[in-house]
Amino acid sequence: MPSAEAREPDNGGTSSYAALFVGALLDPERPAPALVAGPNSKAVANRYNVYRNNVTVSLINALRAAFPATQRITGEDFFRAMARFYVRAKPPISPLLFEYGRDFPDFIDQYEYARPVPWLADVARIERAWLDAYHAADAQALAPHTLASIPPERLAGTVFSPHPATRVLRSRFSALSIFGAHKRNDPVARVDAAEPEDTLVTRPELEVVARRLPPGGATFLEHLASGHPLGAAVAAALAEDPSFDLSTNIAGMLEAGAFITAVWEKGNDES
Amino acid sequence: MSTVSRFPAHPVTDLVGTSLKHEHLPAILAEGKQDSFFFEVHAENYMGAGGPPHAALSQIRQNYPVSIHGVCMSIGGLQPLDTAHLKRLKALVDRYEPALVSEHLAWSTHGMTYFNDLLPLPYTAATLKGVADHIDEVQEALGRPILLENPSTYLIFPESTMSETQFLGELVRRTECGLLLDINNVFVSATNHGFAALEYLADFPLEHVGEIHLAGHTEQTDDEGDLLRIDSHDRPVADAVWNLFDVVIGRHGPIPTLIEWDSDIPEWPLLKAEAIAAQAIMDRHRSRIEPRRTNAVR
Repeated sequence: MPSAEAREPDNGGTSSYAALFVGALLDPERPAPALVAGPNSKAVANRYNVYRNNVTVSLINALRAAFPATQRITGEDFFRAMARFYVRAKPPISPLLFEYGRDFPDFIDQYEYARPVPWLADVARIERAWLDAYHAADAQALAPHTLASIPPERLAGTVFSPHPATRVLRSRFSALSIFGAHKRNDPVARVDAAEPEDTLVTRPELEVVARRLPPGGATFLEHLASGHPLGAAVAAALAEDPSFDLSTNIAGMLEAGAFITAVWEKGNDES
Repeated sequence: MSTVSRFPAHPVTDLVGTSLKHEHLPAILAEGKQDSFFFEVHAENYMGAGGPPHAALSQIRQNYPVSIHGVCMSIGGLQPLDTAHLKRLKALVDRYEPALVSEHLAWSTHGMTYFNDLLPLPYTAATLKGVADHIDEVQEALGRPILLENPSTYLIFPESTMSETQFLGELVRRTECGLLLDINNVFVSATNHGFAALEYLADFPLEHVGEIHLAGHTEQTDDEGDLLRIDSHDRPVADAVWNLFDVVIGRHGPIPTLIEWDSDIPEWPLLKAEAIAAQAIMDRHRSRIEPRRTNAVR
């Protein structure tokens, strides 16, 4: 009887056909496994290659669909070659393809041929966050009047919970401007890549929006999103950049729909 | 399920449909509800928590019967089913109350790796038992029968001891699942294996078919330079596949029929025209034959 746990090749019996079949799927150097054949004594190489090709090309295409701006920057041939390396090194471990490529930006960081474009991985990070926001749970964004109703002396202790779609990304490069310039198939004006940019990705309704954060804004939102009260988030933002402007940042986060609730305590806690 | 339905109970009987593509949504919504139409989605594309995919599917489901077509359950593998994935499918089926739920006679996951393709299996007594157990498990979890789709294949396992139609027929007998007859797959496999598509269809248990798939395919060559057809879903249905469809409908009567088109996706009117062509063939036979129903169709 076959074991339900059988995962390793044995003598080619039924219990291990999957293990034997996948052995060469991601490795074009290896011949087709011995347990398959062509019909009527035909050769099996081209036939097995259909599966090998389906696997690799469909996964490359999944990455192309998830990282369109990254592909526009590199060109399709470069992207396919880079994606092929990634697919063979890190095939998916989930059947949900929109989860695939979570560490593709890290892979790009290490990819030798991408060194001349050091911002490429950060653009890919924005695209990965965009896709996460697209599939994130639906939730009602915090209404501005909720914040207005908090007694001023309670504001510093107010704690916010982030919308499931909210993502904050920081880059040493102008990743958002470069992403924006390559979002569509339009001609690209020159972008100065050297200016660091922080990005907020949100999806208050059905539309994903990526916007640039003002100075200190990323630290401010990261602190709020991880549960720090408003006062502590402001202090952290000011420590990083003295020009941090609270009212601009609060207006921005409300407009972006970055949070869903604001909770303040009756007690005197200004942690 | 005894809970109150969120959606109207649109029956799928004898309808035609297409894969639902989000780029077509504005055109589909703009033309208003079309009678005798249904849509099919790949289950895995709707297993995210929220956002535009669910908004789109909810809109469609209000007006149309929906078929949920799983592509990743790996029913044809012998390792245990991914129970987390099965739970996700169950949640999706509960949420959208689809008229049809289907999966493939194939596998796609081995160990932890998901290969994103419908991979083939040998047809033996041992695989029959394994696949039947998996179908039982899925049907038990969902609380309803599923349709199992015949695959397109490119090679054989010499160890196989039964034909694909025997294998499918035995699965139906053991699990009381229904079948999804993909006629393009039959045509593709017939060429690739050198058998006659009509003979395959003659052996196929048509009385258990709850849905038909039609799709386009491309052509390559095998090692001997002979024609190898590739199931590509990227172009119109071939004439030969329409002819086989005509034969099947003529023999059985109308069956819910879906046009699959998953890459190089055309404008909506062209895709819709393919479905209307299927409708015309069914209409021509409808008057002559009383359709039989399978237990897998609501």
